[in-house]
Amino acid sequence: MEELNDFTFASDNPHQYAGALKEQGRSILGYLCSYTPEEIIHAAGIHPLRLFGKKGDTGLADRHLQSYCCSLVRGALADALKGNLDYLDGAVFPHTCDTIQRLSDIWRLNTRFRFFADVVLPVKLNSPSALRYLEDVLRKFRKDLEEGFRVKITDEGLARSIHTYNEVRTLLKGLSETHAAHPGVLSARDLHSVVKGSMVLDRNELGPKLARLAGVLEAKRSNESNTRKRVMLAGSVCDHPDIYPMLERSGAEVVWEDLCTGARYFEGTISEEGDPIAAIAKRYFERIICPAKHTSITARGENLVKQAREHGVQGVVFLLLKFCDPHGFDYPYLKEFLDEGGIPSMLLEIEESLPAEGQLLTRFETFVQMME
Amino acid sequence: MSEAAQEKNKRKFRSAKRMREIMTEYYIDAKSAGQTGKKVAWITSGGPVEPLIVMDAIPVYPENYGAMIGASHMGGDLCEKAEALGYSTDLCSYARADIACAREDGGPIGGLPRPDMLICCNNICGTVLKWYEVQARYFGVPLFIFDTPFCHTEFPDVARKYVRSQLDEYVSFLEQTCKKDFDMNRSMEVGRLSLEGQRLWQAVLDTAARRPAPMTAFDAFFFLALIVTLRGTQTVVDFYQELLSEMKERIEQGIGAIENERYRILWDNLPIWYRLKWLSDTFASHGASLVADTYTTAWCGSMKYIDENNFFDSMAEAYTRIYLNIGIDEMEKSILSMIDKYEVDGVVMHSNRSCKPYSFGQYDIQRAIQERKGIPCMMLESHMTDERSFSQSQAQTRIDAFMEMIRQQKG
Ligand code: SF4
Ligand code: SF4
Repeated sequence: MEELNDFTFASDNPHQYAGALKEQGRSILGYLCSYTPEEIIHAAGIHPLRLFGKKGDTGLADRHLQSYCCSLVRGALADALKGNLDYLDGAVFPHTCDTIQRLSDIWRLNTRFRFFADVVLPVKLNSPSALRYLEDVLRKFRKDLEEGFRVKITDEGLARSIHTYNEVRTLLKGLSETHAAHPGVLSARDLHSVVKGSMVLDRNELGPKLARLAGVLEAKRSNESNTRKRVMLAGSVCDHPDIYPMLERSGAEVVWEDLCTGARYFEGTISEEGDPIAAIAKRYFERIICPAKHTSITARGENLVKQAREHGVQGVVFLLLKFCDPHGFDYPYLKEFLDEGGIPSMLLEIEESLPAEGQLLTRFETFVQMME
Repeated sequence: MSEAAQEKNKRKFRSAKRMREIMTEYYIDAKSAGQTGKKVAWITSGGPVEPLIVMDAIPVYPENYGAMIGASHMGGDLCEKAEALGYSTDLCSYARADIACAREDGGPIGGLPRPDMLICCNNICGTVLKWYEVQARYFGVPLFIFDTPFCHTEFPDVARKYVRSQLDEYVSFLEQTCKKDFDMNRSMEVGRLSLEGQRLWQAVLDTAARRPAPMTAFDAFFFLALIVTLRGTQTVVDFYQELLSEMKERIEQGIGAIENERYRILWDNLPIWYRLKWLSDTFASHGASLVADTYTTAWCGSMKYIDENNFFDSMAEAYTRIYLNIGIDEMEKSILSMIDKYEVDGVVMHSNRSCKPYSFGQYDIQRAIQERKGIPCMMLESHMTDERSFSQSQAQTRIDAFMEMIRQQKG
């Protein structure tokens, strides 16, 4: 499918894509977390780029991080220190987990990009004072960008960016829904490339690209019945596209993803009325949270079961990065919620790369056979 | 009494007995809260405890309990139980041990008293947020989150405003949960006592700058419990006054914490609770006294932000700008100045798998120490309350090599 090519390319070669964009004179800011207020970056005329982190030789990062640090953070630091990110103008660090807090310090002290910002978001997203603070922090970030890049971010500009992002998120959600309803039209692996690619590609061109793709899929929509078991991925991020075909070979189809490279990225649109900053803040308050944030003690469990029900999920694969504290602490209770809902689940802990293929296939097959 | 025994006796702290008494009373009080009708609040070690004291609620510290679990070698077993519940071995061992304990009524002193409320301040880590959520689900009691934005390079006004407003929310939460009014006059008194306690604790730690040091970090780890659990009370002030005079006596009589102090070491990060004695003996056998540490200092490190005349308001800043909630460059500054203040010859960094905010960044700080101070700096890796994670023979080899380097450098 030709409409997929740009997404696959960007998703497989983010540095090459971003490097080329830079050569055209665009400023680029890297980020590592779905709580990054991309709309504000975009409104400054800057390209926001989600960093996924290098795999393989991370030697340079090992001088700064002990062995018990997650591969995402180690990989991103390795990339930065190796010069793989030299096209970046800088990076933005929203408050996430403890590891990211320290990455922010290490990055600030050991790299030489011209721009750097901590966006110290509140951790609880359920009180009026936290909402006020969140708005204040976003306003401060807006100012930091204005000063750092000598640009003016107007309310109109913000409104335009919000509109762009609303369009992108709605289309991404639509594509995901289409895939969930008709898993035949777009493979899970391709959908993964689309979502990941959307965090890399020029956002100004993204809407039309996604719309074209949606159009083609609409036409392809078939009633063919897919006999594979319906599975959801849950966890932090997925940067292991091989997992999708492996699950398929084991008789399962990934139909939904409660990940930062899934629903958490595209869920929730921003109001296009009123103060744009307040509107952006409000989305973070309403969006499904990640485990590094707090709304209520059962929010994530309830949400997980709800998503599973909505998409007819028969089993959940927890995809957790080793050494990830927030997700590690939530896992037992999320599993319990699923158990109570009669939804089987399995845990796949990933260090840097997926476990050996044979071993993983056996685990997947066993899991799939257990499913109703 | 043999000479050796006399020697040893001379080094014992008479305050240790009093300290044990106070802690026993405190735990009896906490465990009988059910009969006395007092409210029990579980609170994180860096959390604002003073308002609880004002409300006559009993603060209970799972982290202090975690230390007890570690010291009594029950950590490995409890952590294993937490793993069976699905908690990864890579999570903080305090949290794992406490989660298992709550479900088992196991652990030292037959477990902690059930909480009526949970107070979680994330100024030390994001782990406590997750840990307290787990316990809030388990016990089904109200959870108050005191959110202290991370101060990588600054404490901006917007953060100050946010934290300050949470103090009011905290008070209303307590009024609701304890069903009584918050007494501002009492709060001023508690604030005064808290500050006084912190000053005295700092003064006690300062005595180790003397040669020979009258106490070591190992003693500080022990005497720390009071400033953590009971600050804001007269008991703490009285106790540390007594401890301070004991230190002064030791200085006058030239009694060092170890025999023949030849080298002075700084410890970074939490203690390795289940190997305190071994570590202390091992370093002492090299004539090395661990004269200071970054951990016990954390409970008086943000005194500079406290306004004596307005303790309540200034809690916002003092509780946000604590040691773990700042950038590693600021942590580095504080370690470098401790190296000078205590005139240390080397630094031991505990690379603590349990505590990522404390440990990530140590490599950078280590290089700064070596470059700026020219003294050796070693790493020991463990989970501070899970004895299964520690290799004693490897540690022995490393410590020997490290001490050899110091010997060569210092002669
Ligand atoms: S995977 Fe976990 S530990 Fe790593 S950056 Fe994300 S939240 Fe933090
Ligand atoms: S992660 Fe560190 S600061 Fe947090 S509870 Fe554990 S030991 Fe304490």
